[in-house]
Amino acid sequence: MNRQSPFWALSIAILRGFLRDRASVFFAVIFPLMFLVLFGGLFSSQDQSKVDMIQVGSVPLIEQLPEGADEAFADTFEVTHSDDLDDAIEQVRKGDADVALEQRGDEIIAHYTQTEQVKAAVTQGTLRAFVDGTNVAVSGSPPKFSLVTEQVEDDSLTTIQFVTPGLLGWAIAMSAAFGAAATLQGWRQSKLLRRLQLAPVGTGTVVAARITVTLAVALMQFALFIGLGAAAFGLQLSGSWWMALPLIIVGTLCFMALGLFAGAVAKTVEGAVNLANFLVLPMAFLSGSFFPLDASPTWLQRFSDILPLKHLNEGMLDVMVRGQGPGAAVVPLLILAAFAMVITLLAAKLFRWETT
Amino acid sequence: MTTAIHVTGLTKRYGDLVAVDDVSLDVAEGEFVGVLGPNGAGKTTLLEMVEGLRRPDAGGVEVLGEAVWPRNPRLQPRIGVQLQASSFFERLTAREQIRTFASLYGVGQATADEWVERVGLTDKADTRVEDLSGGQAQRLSIACALVHDPELVFLDEPTAALDPQARRNLWDLLSSINDSGRTVVLTTHYMDEAEVLCDRVAVMDHGRILQFDSPAALVRGLDAPARIRVAPGSLTVEQASAIAGVIETRDDADGVVLVTRDPAGVIGVLAAGDHLDGVTVQTGTLEDVFLSLTGREYRA
Repeated sequence: MNRQSPFWALSIAILRGFLRDRASVFFAVIFPLMFLVLFGGLFSSQDQSKVDMIQVGSVPLIEQLPEGADEAFADTFEVTHSDDLDDAIEQVRKGDADVALEQRGDEIIAHYTQTEQVKAAVTQGTLRAFVDGTNVAVSGSPPKFSLVTEQVEDDSLTTIQFVTPGLLGWAIAMSAAFGAAATLQGWRQSKLLRRLQLAPVGTGTVVAARITVTLAVALMQFALFIGLGAAAFGLQLSGSWWMALPLIIVGTLCFMALGLFAGAVAKTVEGAVNLANFLVLPMAFLSGSFFPLDASPTWLQRFSDILPLKHLNEGMLDVMVRGQGPGAAVVPLLILAAFAMVITLLAAKLFRWETT
Repeated sequence: MTTAIHVTGLTKRYGDLVAVDDVSLDVAEGEFVGVLGPNGAGKTTLLEMVEGLRRPDAGGVEVLGEAVWPRNPRLQPRIGVQLQASSFFERLTAREQIRTFASLYGVGQATADEWVERVGLTDKADTRVEDLSGGQAQRLSIACALVHDPELVFLDEPTAALDPQARRNLWDLLSSINDSGRTVVLTTHYMDEAEVLCDRVAVMDHGRILQFDSPAALVRGLDAPARIRVAPGSLTVEQASAIAGVIETRDDADGVVLVTRDPAGVIGVLAAGDHLDGVTVQTGTLEDVFLSLTGREYRA
């Protein structure tokens, strides 16, 4: 390709302008990656934490657990020993331990705290199961029912799997919208738009160059997110992850259009970037970029359907980590394309060559 | 001589304000033409309509034999434009900037690099445009307008916001750009600049062109009296007033000023009386022209 053609000359000029703007690079690339590190590190350690149990004196029930059951017990409880019941209960009260366990004759007594509700429930449920299991074993008759549990998701589905597509969606939305908003306003203010209008290059060439650079940045973000997620946090992509690429491309166009809208409405570069921020950041929260929407009220989930970022996030989750087929990306793609067209038309209608 | 610019009855209104009011003018090929007027006179609007950036409300523009509106791709490679603001790509160096503009016009990088040298920016070739001084940025901006060797160049206030030293430095560059027969149209609000650089000057105010002629002809047409100043002490006010042809005299710390429409005759009398010590003669300037055309002092 001819590097001196107007298209490439413009693309290179825009790319250089972006890469040399430290603030832009930080907010488009480094900042979202910081969130990935934060979320990936923060939540991955949480699900490994065990229940701290103080065993007071001798508790024959758990000391004589049959093979298999003692392994399951060790998975749930971290056991320390003590002979002082009052001290053990005091430790539970202060939160240094989750449960103090003693046995008086045939009675198992668990002193627990309600401050950590999840652990309190786990403690009661698990201990009850062990007591029941032991009762059945003592009775000598074989158990009639048995329970087998199976997780529906891929075994590798950890926090990082959920976090990466959402944060990536936010990062792409942010850099596409900010880039378009700042370029449109900046070029309008310096009259570079006017100057280009007088040069023998079509508007199409200018727009194509700007889109090409934004897409290149978005694909670079994708590579960085996947690379860092896989290298540092064990991110594993499911089969049709490559369908994330068309999603990213159409999503980028959609958020560029949003940026153009902000750039067309605002009167200064700062105003355009702030407006883009105002549109993108709440949308990221409401579209499940930072936390899953499953637990949020139904009205909020319905509202998020009118936000393009939600569809980008959902589409990427489906194909990147939920293991769905390529077809899962089709509906989000169509919705994003429709958003892109509507917002572009709106931005075009509001577009002015100059700020006057 | 062929016509480079042919403008008839050009008018542009913004609401109630008539920015350009029924302007007609012709510029011949190879001419260096100045449009002179205070801020808000309508110079930039006039220029932007001639360049094809703005659609006139009325009137017609023909540049190099082509219509300028709507956007005319045949015309664009033949004209060069420097807009009032420094229209640069953000964060590119001077060299990258001019190479980018060269590429837009299909001009090679070697030519672009030559222009960096021609406008005296070799030392600053690797400096980002944001770090250039006002004068350097204007040089670069002129180079970007000329890199594709256009037949006709528009320069909109190239010396605005420059200090007097930088302004004069730029004059050499400006006066050289029509050496090769290029037509140049320049707007300015500096009288001295128009006088030094331009073959013809259009004096503009309130959207109208008041006069359009060479600076010398404008001053001549003014028929302004000359001011002859003699050194202090060589002549009294009474003696000065007695000289035939002196209309008015003034006495100040720098000497006596004699106002006359017959400077040759008065100087002859002064010479005969041996009063020529430190004599200076000041004839009319474009500032006087402006004053007489608009009835008010020139405010830049």
